[in-house]
Amino acid sequence: MRVVIIGCGRVGAQAAAELDGHGEHVTVIDTDPRAFNRLPAAFGGVTVRGSGTDEDVLRSAGAELADVLMALTQGDNRNALAAQLGKHSFGLPRVIAKINDPLRAEAYRSLGLETMCRTTILSRALVTAALEGAEATQGEVSPPTAEPLRGAPPPGSRAHDQAAASSTSSPASAAAEEERG
Amino acid sequence: MYVVVVGGGNVGYYLTKELLAAGHEVVVIEKDPSRARLIADELGSIVVTNDGCEGRYQAEAGMGRADVVAAVTGDDEDNLVACQVAKMRFNVPRSIARVNNPKNERLFRKLSIDETVSPTRAILGVIEHEIPVHDLLHLAELGGGEVQIVEAQLSAGAPVVGREVRELELAEGDTIAMVVRGHRAVAPRPETRLQIGDKLLLITSADREAELRNLLIGE
Repeated sequence: MRVVIIGCGRVGAQAAAELDGHGEHVTVIDTDPRAFNRLPAAFGGVTVRGSGTDEDVLRSAGAELADVLMALTQGDNRNALAAQLGKHSFGLPRVIAKINDPLRAEAYRSLGLETMCRTTILSRALVTAALEGAEATQGEVSPPTAEPLRGAPPPGSRAHDQAAASSTSSPASAAAEEERG
Repeated sequence: MYVVVVGGGNVGYYLTKELLAAGHEVVVIEKDPSRARLIADELGSIVVTNDGCEGRYQAEAGMGRADVVAAVTGDDEDNLVACQVAKMRFNVPRSIARVNNPKNERLFRKLSIDETVSPTRAILGVIEHEIPVHDLLHLAELGGGEVQIVEAQLSAGAPVVGREVRELELAEGDTIAMVVRGHRAVAPRPETRLQIGDKLLLITSADREAELRNLLIGE
């Protein structure tokens, strides 16, 4: 599977490293080349310097051939633009945008983008942690899962957290995680 | 008319000023407080100091009854989202976005932004008019970019120089709308013979442009 990730921040770098670890073909785009220092030394994917909201940069990163495009920069609007470029200009089968404003995330979900909203995920996790008590969290507050991913990466691992996180925002991506796991 | 302007930079400021002078009702949404204060001092309390991409501040600016939203910040992504939110949540009938990267225009139109204005493309157009380039010049797009009005200038090497209009093997749907010769417009007739220096105004479609260019200009 070919994955293009826009934004090599903490989330982007970790997702890139883990997908690379799964043997997927990963390309990461960031305007700041120093951001690529967040990737582990063993990262076997491709890094492209440039703006992920620029059609030419996306094309040079091979976005036209991507199976999934993930827009994970710090800017909600940048992610919305990049994801819509992927969906409408390149006709990609899947685009996922990190959109931290819950209202905007919902709006874009209604436009057919898969969105991931950190605000919603974290607040749900915290509410659950508060209600269920310390025994339930066992030291790590993690997103509540409606259907725990038993077959997925081992609980407590970072991959587990991410699979769980995506299940909160989109059942489809969780299913994909599960298939691979 | 009631216009909401998103972005109080130079474009937003002067746009607002002109609209007010023309008797329109205007509210500006600008997130930088010092910039917002500057505009308010100058033009009155018509500024909402916040993020114009967020629904609740658009509501505060009265987007629900706006006739037009003009998103004119310096960032394409902010202009896109501001227009999309205005359309999705408030059903604003007309949205106008400033677009810096001309390549984004097509996407914005596809995403049902009603009008895009690209200063980059406008300046590029002026430069291309000044410097003769052996290419088709884009004059306008109609029907969401499907129909193109282009200009072809015939220089000495152009393969159609010396030929009559009826001899040209134009593709189905391509039309020569006018021949500009010197400073005169000549209506093209089948027997009009093309000359060096003629400018042809043509109507074509985006996918036939390369073909048309080869036919008229060569190479």
